[in-house]
Amino acid sequence: MIKKPSRQLGFNGELLLKDAIKDMGRHLDQPTRRVFLQRSLSLGGLSLLSGCAVVDESSVEEALMKVSRFNDKVQAWLFDPNRLAPTYPDSMIARPFPFNAYYGEDEIREVEEESYRLEVTGLVADKHAWTLAELRAMPQTNQITRHICVEGWSAIGKWGGVPFASFLRRVGADLSAKYVGFKCADDYYTSIDMPTALHPQTLLTLTYDSQPLPPRYGFPMKLRMPTKLGYKNPKHIQAIFVTNTYPGGYWEDQGYNWFGGS
Amino acid sequence: MVSMANNTNLIHPLWIRITHWVNALAVVILAMSGWRIYDASPFFPFVISGQITLGGWLGGAIQWHFAAMWLLVGNGLIYLTCNIVSGRLWRKFLPWSPRAFLADVLAALRGKLSHDDLSHYNMVQRAAYLFVILDSVLLVLSGLVLWKSVQFPFLRELLGGYEAARREHFLAMAALVAFAGIHLLMVALVPRTLLAMIRGR
Repeated sequence: MIKKPSRQLGFNGELLLKDAIKDMGRHLDQPTRRVFLQRSLSLGGLSLLSGCAVVDESSVEEALMKVSRFNDKVQAWLFDPNRLAPTYPDSMIARPFPFNAYYGEDEIREVEEESYRLEVTGLVADKHAWTLAELRAMPQTNQITRHICVEGWSAIGKWGGVPFASFLRRVGADLSAKYVGFKCADDYYTSIDMPTALHPQTLLTLTYDSQPLPPRYGFPMKLRMPTKLGYKNPKHIQAIFVTNTYPGGYWEDQGYNWFGGS
Repeated sequence: MVSMANNTNLIHPLWIRITHWVNALAVVILAMSGWRIYDASPFFPFVISGQITLGGWLGGAIQWHFAAMWLLVGNGLIYLTCNIVSGRLWRKFLPWSPRAFLADVLAALRGKLSHDDLSHYNMVQRAAYLFVILDSVLLVLSGLVLWKSVQFPFLRELLGGYEAARREHFLAMAALVAFAGIHLLMVALVPRTLLAMIRGR
């Protein structure tokens, strides 16, 4: 998803400080965290607009959020449902593929296979909870694509699983609904637009590199979309819901662009 | 606009002055927020000091960057359109010859380059301004690949893929910042040029 804890530049004070601030943010509760982020955001705005006392910080932030919503619309318009992300040969797979989440590797959630059930709710005909065996019994496909992180780095990986479009059709989802939302065992949550949900490369992912998805990559299941940035690809998915009400997301609610497409 | 450009007293028509300053603002926002984005995952063995970056954190920096990009592109298109339609692009920047360029570089180094007529660009200025226009185009195109690498496959392959585009975007930024540094130095040496870019004359 986002954070890239493995990259160590120990000698660098600035990075250390940044990491400390990230850590601190993680331990604050949501409202405090928002205020904290607002302050840090406007600090930058102030340094730019110093001498311009009439500028109200919260209005700057509001304007930036509006542009971000506008950028969502532009991206939805640019999105071509038939355009495929490039695929790569096995030899180009990044080994080891970087771990990434909003927490460190020591906090990876372990989900039990036996008791695991995938909830499917909202605008769907079939609301029964899925076992892993049922998901594995559906037709599977593989893809080797580039994962692009919002931080800028990218890595090529190999994911396998059920095309999300066939899953949505199987459960009788309302394909004209606006959003598909996800709730995860690691308390992460996010949501995507329906056209991306139906994209041929959007995969309900059960394997990584032809092995069952290990916990670090989101066991038992993640959603993989080579047409979106890493933070849009939820891991450890427990619940999927189809809705017309904007569900937001863990990072999106803090200011990351919602569409997050590439 | 065209008639204003023909006014002999006027060095810079109004549209040039407006697009110049809007561009300056967009470039400052884009560079400072871009440095913060670079710092999230540096690919050179250095980071840029957080004190000169904009946005406070990665998400804030991205918001600034992806807002100011519209300012840069919209303003840039107005600038190029006016420049081409008015014929100013050719009048001001052409002809250009390497020989005359070298002569002007030598004259500049000896402090003998004339600045009597600010409306006339010497060969060094022509080269620098044409370069920065092309460099800005490269910045926008490589930025498009970073933003929408799947949606612009031709552009992505043209620039050598996503990872290559990251480095090109950074180097094009460095070239633009270098230009801005020299540009400001020149303005400091001939302060009349600053007045001309504000008042038009």
